[in-house]
Amino acid sequence: MDLQAIWFFLWGLLWAIFFMTDGFDFGVGTLIPFLGKSDADRSVMINSVGPLWDGNEVWLITAGGVTFAAFPRVYAVMFSSFYTPLMLILFALILRGVSFEFRHQVDSPVWRKVWETCLFIGSVLPAILFGVAFANIFKGIPIDQEGVFHGNLFTLLNPYGLLGGALFLVLFLQHGAVWLSIKTEGDLQKRSVNAANKIWPVLLTAAVIFLIASFFATDLYDNYLACPALFIVCIITVAALLGIKIFLKKGAYFKAWFSSSLTIVGATFFGIIGLFPNMFPSSIDPAFSLTARNASSSPLTLTIILIVVLIFIPVVICYQIWTYNLFKGKVTQDDLTY
Amino acid sequence: MDVVFLSRLQFAAATMFHFLFVPLTLGLSVLVAYMETKYVRTGDETYLRMTKFWGKLFLINFAIGVVTGITLEFQFGTNWSRYSEFVGDIFGSLLAIEATAAFFLESTLIGVWVFGWNRLSKRAHAIVMWLVAAAGNISAIWILTANGWMQHPVGYTIRNGRAELTDFSAVVFNKFSILEFFHMLPAAFILAAFFVMGISAYHLLKKQHVDLFTRSFKMALVFGLIFSIFIVIEGDMHGVHVTKTQPAKLAAMEAHWETTTRAPIHLFAIPDEENERNIIEIGTLPGLLSLLGYHDFDAEVKGLKDFPKDERPPVLITLIAFRGMVGLGTLFPLLMIIGLFKRNRLTESPLYLRVMLYAIPLPYIAIQLGWVLAEVGRQPWIVYGIMKTSDAASPIAVSQVFTSLIAFILVYGLLGAVAFYLIIKNARKGPE
Repeated sequence: MDLQAIWFFLWGLLWAIFFMTDGFDFGVGTLIPFLGKSDADRSVMINSVGPLWDGNEVWLITAGGVTFAAFPRVYAVMFSSFYTPLMLILFALILRGVSFEFRHQVDSPVWRKVWETCLFIGSVLPAILFGVAFANIFKGIPIDQEGVFHGNLFTLLNPYGLLGGALFLVLFLQHGAVWLSIKTEGDLQKRSVNAANKIWPVLLTAAVIFLIASFFATDLYDNYLACPALFIVCIITVAALLGIKIFLKKGAYFKAWFSSSLTIVGATFFGIIGLFPNMFPSSIDPAFSLTARNASSSPLTLTIILIVVLIFIPVVICYQIWTYNLFKGKVTQDDLTY
Repeated sequence: MDVVFLSRLQFAAATMFHFLFVPLTLGLSVLVAYMETKYVRTGDETYLRMTKFWGKLFLINFAIGVVTGITLEFQFGTNWSRYSEFVGDIFGSLLAIEATAAFFLESTLIGVWVFGWNRLSKRAHAIVMWLVAAAGNISAIWILTANGWMQHPVGYTIRNGRAELTDFSAVVFNKFSILEFFHMLPAAFILAAFFVMGISAYHLLKKQHVDLFTRSFKMALVFGLIFSIFIVIEGDMHGVHVTKTQPAKLAAMEAHWETTTRAPIHLFAIPDEENERNIIEIGTLPGLLSLLGYHDFDAEVKGLKDFPKDERPPVLITLIAFRGMVGLGTLFPLLMIIGLFKRNRLTESPLYLRVMLYAIPLPYIAIQLGWVLAEVGRQPWIVYGIMKTSDAASPIAVSQVFTSLIAFILVYGLLGAVAFYLIIKNARKGPE
């Protein structure tokens, strides 16, 4: 593989890890009004991701930074084309981030309710919008040869885009519900397991519809048909999806969570592989599409940041695993006071 | 109102708001780490209470700094796509390195510090705070390297219609960036010192938790004194380098219109940009501008008239920002030195304590003015000498930027109000 191709897949990997890690944070945030019956429940739910969400969100910042560094033209055209949805995502993430810190600061039910609501909005909105954005990328975006976007927010809210949004939301809900099954006890755990079991058939349905719709709405399958061995990615993803249900049934929640992680990574890579070498395809004329070939940085920059990433990303993964391990097990009373 | 103007307003609002919180994070993280180390070393519970009290204020502040930082990274793409495309090869890689090499560590470990009191040994817990502090300050290196490149681009060539990297070490060891780092970092430390001293003064005035707040005050005093003296010396070097790299900025700082030797500084001046002159000049000190720029009373300083009209920065704003920053920067070491004499009888010096309490906003103002000077003084360039700000914006609709700007003002206004309320509430309440 050449530098541009390596960077294309690293770019995909960073998005995949972001969806895998912050995905359960989004799921938990969205489930708060549905599973958190009491104030104590909601505190446990929030603190199940409290020590981790901030580190998880940096995968987004890195994915953004790497897009800027390795594919400046993609960064420029993608971010300006998605102006309004990105602003919505940013404001949502701001509300989510401060809610973690603000909620416990004042001892008043109204105050807490406000920040729980912000946490909910800040979780559900990015979950949907990231799905809408990626589905639209798979489908193609109305950009001209200058990289100018001819459309608005509603151009992106087409049926396939909305289907992508729904799929992402359900994926993250599944991921979050399984996470809560690991981290909680008693009634809250029962409700979490129950939710995880109920979400699963919905996820399966959404995934099947999305796979079929992708056949008609996108060119994602072209790469797979050209090289059928790649279908292994789909097989692994489907196996992981089935694994969620199997492990849930056995009460092996950590394995179920591992399966939902793999499902998210697999689903992301299903799209990334299908997209290659396109990064921001034009629906006006394929000649206007931005690809790993025509939108990358200079070989020198690609080499330097590759070295940086190859050194630091493994280190980051190591200390993040250490962190997850440090906070493993049920959320305890210790985790609620500081 | 066009996209460029609105995007500039939005970027200014988002950055200045972000930078109300970041400097305190940089400085206070170091102080909190030091307090916790003292606790681990001595076992003295007062240091633990100090760590927790200042740590709580640190965390509220940290939260806002983090969430408002993402917007900045993304705004280059949303609002400044032509700029991003032009400089991504260099500027983008610095942001990517910042995220992977520093910001990851800071964000991952902050959660460990908050929730890890009972899961880590005391020693390990203190080390975590040191790593948070180090990572935050290393982040600043990369961000300022990126800004330094906009101020004084090096190590590039224009190829394929964009600036492409040719020499990475020239970018990393850009003298402009290094001077900026050693200017901004002490500024942040001074701000943190004033924050700690001011809040300590509040409690010392009320004679509550005297021991804890005397210790806090003294610790911050030493910290602040060192850096407030350092920054004066460093600022002088910085001025000389700006003169060399951005002569128009220097001329605008002092509303210096004609190229002359023995260029003066006016204690008070009101520039008239239309007619290329100053309406009022009071207290003219000959040779001082030459001294500032070249360390030589007789040096020739290029006047604004010798720059094309469309390559001059806005004079009035640059001039006010420079004076405000320098004036405050001179006041800080003086306040610290007074503190040095009063340090052992703080509670008997209510006037000094009151002054220090009301001085909390001053370093905030100084830092904001410093950035106004750096950024407005660089205009009309977004990358000095090679790209103008007017060519840098995204091909987006005015209505989009207008709407997002309103949203920024509302959301940030609300966040600012809540943060202000929480910081004051916790600061007043005092330690547990």
